[in-house]
Amino acid sequence: MLTARNRKRPGGEIPTASLPDIVFMLLVFFLVTTTIDVDKGLGLVLPAEGNEQEVSKKNITNIFVNASGKVAIGSGDDLRIVEIRDLRQEVSNRLLANDKMIFSVRTDSRTKYQAYLDVMDQLKMANAKRISIAEPEG
Amino acid sequence: MRLKQKTKTVSGIPTASLPDIIFMLLIFFMVVTVLRQYQGLKLILPEARKISKLEGKRHVANIWATKEGVISIDDRIMEMNQVRNIMYDKRKNDPQIVASVKADRQAEMKLITGIHQELRKADALKVNYSAKTRN
Repeated sequence: MLTARNRKRPGGEIPTASLPDIVFMLLVFFLVTTTIDVDKGLGLVLPAEGNEQEVSKKNITNIFVNASGKVAIGSGDDLRIVEIRDLRQEVSNRLLANDKMIFSVRTDSRTKYQAYLDVMDQLKMANAKRISIAEPEG
Repeated sequence: MRLKQKTKTVSGIPTASLPDIIFMLLIFFMVVTVLRQYQGLKLILPEARKISKLEGKRHVANIWATKEGVISIDDRIMEMNQVRNIMYDKRKNDPQIVASVKADRQAEMKLITGIHQELRKADALKVNYSAKTRN
């Protein structure tokens, strides 16, 4: 009786011998599809729409970038051309003189993106926090 | 003879916990993986030095812009004035969205400023200019 019963009972378990293999395969799939490289870039927060505000002239420094990538810095009549790599020092000096200084980057509509980004890079390196982007001319 | 047999040690690494370790690795990679969703456009990214990492990929909307002035979001090529609608929807679904501008280094600023204006209209104000590290 007992032996007959024992013999009839089917193996009620799932075979787990190949489980590691299956998991390995899944692991390899995810290893292959994962891209660890993260997007990198320069962060910026745009001003909200309709949030234009008047600021005192003495707190603004304009930075002009023309179509051929030449950079000029200054406010009002005091404008001078600088090399992009010297911009950082120039911006640092102005920040030291006035820590509320806003840097307004104004580009030509045909200015290359790389030239604009070089200027932004220099501003970031000089730790300028208040950056404004002016509408392009032309 | 008997003494020698007693000191014999069992060699071999225990493999009983191997599936557990692999499971843990598997779960790690499953969580980290974000399957690449979009192809994008063919362009050369600009270079910059002071660049920061973009946090994760889940709160990022990619805007591709080539030097010819073609704009693409989610692999759909669109006109400038359509960007605001798409970005507004994205912003509504995910308030912390960051617009990652992937523009060609030769692109003209007219295009970039246009994207700025569209993003401002869509109230998606966090922007990241995608760039490669300059050596």
